[in-house]
Amino acid sequence: MAAPANSPTRSDAAETVEDATGPGRFGRLRRWLPKSVLGRHALLALVGLVVLVLVLEATPPFANSQFATMSYYAIAAAGLTVLTGLNGQISLGHGALMAVGAYTTGLLLTPDGLPLVVVMVIAAVVTALVGVVVGAAASRLHGPYLAGATLAFAIAVPGLAIYFHDFLGGEQGMQITAPRPPAWFSDAVYFLSANETSGVKFLAYVGWVTALLVLLLLANLCSSRVGRVWRAVRDDEVAAELAGIKLGRVRVLAFTVSAACAGLAGAVLGVVVRLAAPSGFTIVLSIGLLTAVVVGGLGSLTGALLGSALLVFLPPAITDVGTSIGLDDVQAAQLAPLVYGAVLVLVMLLAPSGAVGIAKRLVPGFGRGRGLRGRSSRDHHSTRRS
Amino acid sequence: MQQFVNTTLTGIGQGAIYAAFALALVLIWRSTRVVNFAQGAMAMFTTYLALAVIERGAPYWVALLVALAGGLVLGAGVERLVVRRVAGNEMAAVIVTLGLFVAFQAVASILFGATFKSFPAPVGLQGFTIGSTTVAFTPFTVFILVSVGVVLAGLVALFRFTNVGLRMRATAFSPEVSRLLGVPVGRMLTLGWALAALVGSLAGLLIAGGSLVYPAYMDTVIVYGFVAAVLGGLDSPGGAVVGGLAIGLGLSYVTGYLGSELVPLAALAALVAVLLVRPQGLFARAAARRV
Repeated sequence: MAAPANSPTRSDAAETVEDATGPGRFGRLRRWLPKSVLGRHALLALVGLVVLVLVLEATPPFANSQFATMSYYAIAAAGLTVLTGLNGQISLGHGALMAVGAYTTGLLLTPDGLPLVVVMVIAAVVTALVGVVVGAAASRLHGPYLAGATLAFAIAVPGLAIYFHDFLGGEQGMQITAPRPPAWFSDAVYFLSANETSGVKFLAYVGWVTALLVLLLLANLCSSRVGRVWRAVRDDEVAAELAGIKLGRVRVLAFTVSAACAGLAGAVLGVVVRLAAPSGFTIVLSIGLLTAVVVGGLGSLTGALLGSALLVFLPPAITDVGTSIGLDDVQAAQLAPLVYGAVLVLVMLLAPSGAVGIAKRLVPGFGRGRGLRGRSSRDHHSTRRS
Repeated sequence: MQQFVNTTLTGIGQGAIYAAFALALVLIWRSTRVVNFAQGAMAMFTTYLALAVIERGAPYWVALLVALAGGLVLGAGVERLVVRRVAGNEMAAVIVTLGLFVAFQAVASILFGATFKSFPAPVGLQGFTIGSTTVAFTPFTVFILVSVGVVLAGLVALFRFTNVGLRMRATAFSPEVSRLLGVPVGRMLTLGWALAALVGSLAGLLIAGGSLVYPAYMDTVIVYGFVAAVLGGLDSPGGAVVGGLAIGLGLSYVTGYLGSELVPLAALAALVAVLLVRPQGLFARAAARRV
């Protein structure tokens, strides 16, 4: 599955050549960066925060709401890309895990109850607990079995919301009170840009600050021992087990972390959409998330960001194209899923390493090869044993 | 008692459909080691084709033939154009079939509309009357059982008694050796997908009969069919049939006694139970296999 240009030897060779020719463009830049991985990631997150403020203050309310939407896709996609790309477990159940987060938020968030941050943390914890259970069942499965089991999970969860309709709102769903921006927040925004604070803008900030935090934590996790162990399990189970890694525990941990992200994403979705309804968490949501991580590049957080931008900004553009070529509204709205599906197939056939993989091939210094390299050995094992 | 009988009879009818659908999944799994998650969407698409033919005034039987032929072409096309290129990579195969699933659903919504439409049945939907009570056993249930039975018998005959069937079995058993012995392996794989899609199309038509169709109406069926196939071992056609009937009966009891909202949850529970307790399925012969 790995593109030849991503193979370890090639990219290592490229870096050596770059070092040998003295500080090039990238080299000079690198000297200014912090030495520690944590420092680099924190710096990136800080830059992200500045960009966030600039973008949100400079764009109109509609764009703000689009960014709020993108934030929860980004959180969920980041969690999924870590699970699928780094640990090799595919999940079609992340839409349902988001539902768990959204419903938890809806149940706990009252106008004068717990503060939003606490509710979001609880939503993440509850979803993580569900993730432990699903992950424990999933840890013994792989490939199509895992996909089928998580698909069954995705189909089953919305049914629960309908069955417990007195408690969870049934088919119509559960209204969620959107939190009001606190006074200090409005003051800060006014101080920065002399803009008035809208509810949408506040939610976009909430979503993106959460997303940046999640990305920071995941980036650190991936470059730590934990991330290396996850990749080891993905690439060669037998070798990992011989090295003393407990496969089951590692898989459950990866699923739990990923589920916590999905729960947070669900919490943000809940307050942004102000509704948790079964129709919002169909299998199409799960496959949309999968599209985002595949198109961006499996295993890459940058790819997850790119993919979630695609999920938010592509459908309106496609729908416009659809109406302009004479389709009615309903048909035009269906063009977006058609493009998702076609793109998913085409990316897997033509560029399985996704957008980030293509970027790496074109620009040698772009990112590090943490994507899907070294898959061939694992494929070899699984074909031999099945 | 009457409710039990009726639930059982409904379950047998549903189970026969799930059996056909699971059989389609098993046929593909045996030959290409791919679980075709687009199976449901493909069947939905051919059912809409049949509906379009019926709306033009053609009789049901013509529409049935159109749907089955559509299934053949669709299955062969998907294998030849898409699935062959990701052979051997299970993650890519899963993702590609999911992409096809979404794409087929969107195409159906664009071409045929996203609204609910009623689909006719070729025979009556009124239950037979025994004595003074009407039981949930309709002429359409008979039609379901007969058509699934015919397809099953046809497949068994094909695989047991014909040259093509022998070649297909050889291809599934060992592609390299078959190729050396002169079997056109690629063509056999395409044929396998085409036949599987035909069986899937039949299942789609049978589920739609006398009920409503909409682009997502097969979404849950793909899960039930998968559970049935896994219950039978995913490798065993006979197991798929037994698994389909078992799942049909079990889910019918859940609908009858607990509530239809819990049916997907029951299917999930059954799947997890099978995978954790007996991952090789109830009927698989292979001793060691990764799931």
